[in-house]
Amino acid sequence: MRAHSPALSTAVLERPTAPAPALRPTAAAAPPRPVRRLGVPPADPLGWLLGPALLLLVWTLGSMSGLVDARVLPAPWATASTALDLIREGRLQANLAISAWRAAQGLAFGVAAGVLVALASGLSLWGGYVFDGLVQVKRSIPTLALIPLLILWFGIGETMKVTAIAISAFIPIYLNTHAALRGIETRYVELAETLGLGRWAFVRQVVLPGALPGFLLGLRFAVMAAWLALVVVEQLNATSGIGYMINLARTYAQSDIIVVGLVVYALLGLTSDLAVRQIETRALGWRRTFGR
Amino acid sequence: MNAPFAPPPQSLASQSLASEPVVRVRGLSRRFTAKGVLNGVDLDIRRGEFVALLGRSGCGKSTLLRALARLDHEAEGGGEIVVPERRSVVFQDARLLPWKRVLDNVVLGLGGADAQARGVRALLEVELPGREDSWPYELSGGEQQRVALARSLVREPEVLLADEPFGALDALTRIRMHALLKRLSEAHRPAVLLVTHDVDEAIELAHRVVILEQGRVAADIAVDLPPEDPERSVRFAALRRQLLGRLGVAEREPTSHPAEPGDRHDPTA
Ligand SMILES: Nc1ncnc2c1ncn2[C@@H]1O[C@H](COP(=O)(O)OP(=O)(O)O)[C@@H](O)[C@H]1O
Ligand SMILES: [Mg+2]
Repeated sequence: MRAHSPALSTAVLERPTAPAPALRPTAAAAPPRPVRRLGVPPADPLGWLLGPALLLLVWTLGSMSGLVDARVLPAPWATASTALDLIREGRLQANLAISAWRAAQGLAFGVAAGVLVALASGLSLWGGYVFDGLVQVKRSIPTLALIPLLILWFGIGETMKVTAIAISAFIPIYLNTHAALRGIETRYVELAETLGLGRWAFVRQVVLPGALPGFLLGLRFAVMAAWLALVVVEQLNATSGIGYMINLARTYAQSDIIVVGLVVYALLGLTSDLAVRQIETRALGWRRTFGR
Repeated sequence: MNAPFAPPPQSLASQSLASEPVVRVRGLSRRFTAKGVLNGVDLDIRRGEFVALLGRSGCGKSTLLRALARLDHEAEGGGEIVVPERRSVVFQDARLLPWKRVLDNVVLGLGGADAQARGVRALLEVELPGREDSWPYELSGGEQQRVALARSLVREPEVLLADEPFGALDALTRIRMHALLKRLSEAHRPAVLLVTHDVDEAIELAHRVVILEQGRVAADIAVDLPPEDPERSVRFAALRRQLLGRLGVAEREPTSHPAEPGDRHDPTA
């Protein structure tokens, strides 16, 4: 350190007994200690791929070294070739289309119902009295626990499956949208009052856009809930779909097909979450944290 | 700069100080769950008159202003309030809707085919040309408050109610905002009630300073400073001393007060 400031260090050497003044030369000579950064630095957008890549690496090494029995978990390359076979036969696409269509239908009904009920309950006092308690009761019963009842009512066909997915998606949409509608800041309500906005203008210009972030958060949860419900109903008694493909493979102990099915579920979940986040970025450009 | 708005009728502007009050408050009382805040407030404000409301923190300034703005759903109380329907409120926070662009904030709730054009002109008047399509978060605090001012003036209010509108701004921005508000209120001539805790701001801007104390108007002091220095500075300092005394605050050291160079030559200091 002294090498950087020969003049000052010389001064110190010449007057070693001099009492330290307010500004001690050594203190002035020392380069300022860098401030330690305590927060986590901004993440690389592709950084999250590292974990899955490591998993793939461990899997590959385990299979190559023979540590992992192929009957327990097939090698990555075996899984890949099975996937190619399934695509060539058309089984994967056919089952995927059926599963995606189920999830999309359930999600659409669930989101529509969730928004409508949340509006009724969030925008009017009586709507709140009627619907909010009901939904809270429903919320305490896991949707999957309703499936036996749904089977009794609707049989084991598509109606039951789509209904179960819709109910799963409904809950997070309702909860988040309702909370956002009710949580609109009083200062904005006051502003609307002083500007003489009518009831409808207030809802359209202030309440709905203000509740949009809450709705979109609910949408992300709803998409996840819809995939979860899809997996469960397809395990139950399906004759088509990715879950059916997995179940059939279990019967014949084809672990490679099971793994292909799981990878497809993962990809579906990831891409749909990405899609919702794209919608968020588009729709919430007014937020400082987005669109930057 | 005052051309863009439709000017108020000249006859009213010229006779303003002699005309009927547009805001009339008699025996106003307000309390919150047994805690009395206002206790018999009387206040008149005439068209074009700029009144500053001073008082210690918690004395009920905001309560009075919110009563005039008809925003006090929670408060109980009685008394008579006459206040025009065409009134605008400026809050301490600019209170722009973050999901609306600047121009949409200005014309929010404004009817008529020419609303957009009026909004653009209002933004021009507050010296924010070309910022129509910005998001509120892209503006500084002072710029946001200017948008709020444009939003309140584009409605051509008969009364403008402002609750410490510059309280959150830095000192330099505040001085610029004073000049802007002064110019705009002279151009549009609404009755103005400005709540502030800044004595200098009150003297600088207002025709009258009203002091609220123990739920009542304790003093009502006309501000008629001569236009020219040095008399202006002398009177300014004397008035400030008077107001600070009424508020129970000792006069500050002149040197801590760079905005008023006249202080240093105050013969009585
Ligand atoms: N909504 C409310 N509920 C209960 N008390 C309130 C409410 N608003 C104001 N007060 C009380 O009334 C008094 C006056 O408040 P306010 O008018 O905001 O004072 P200020 O002169 O600082 O603007 C304060 O003591 C405050 O605590
Ligand atoms: Mg206040």
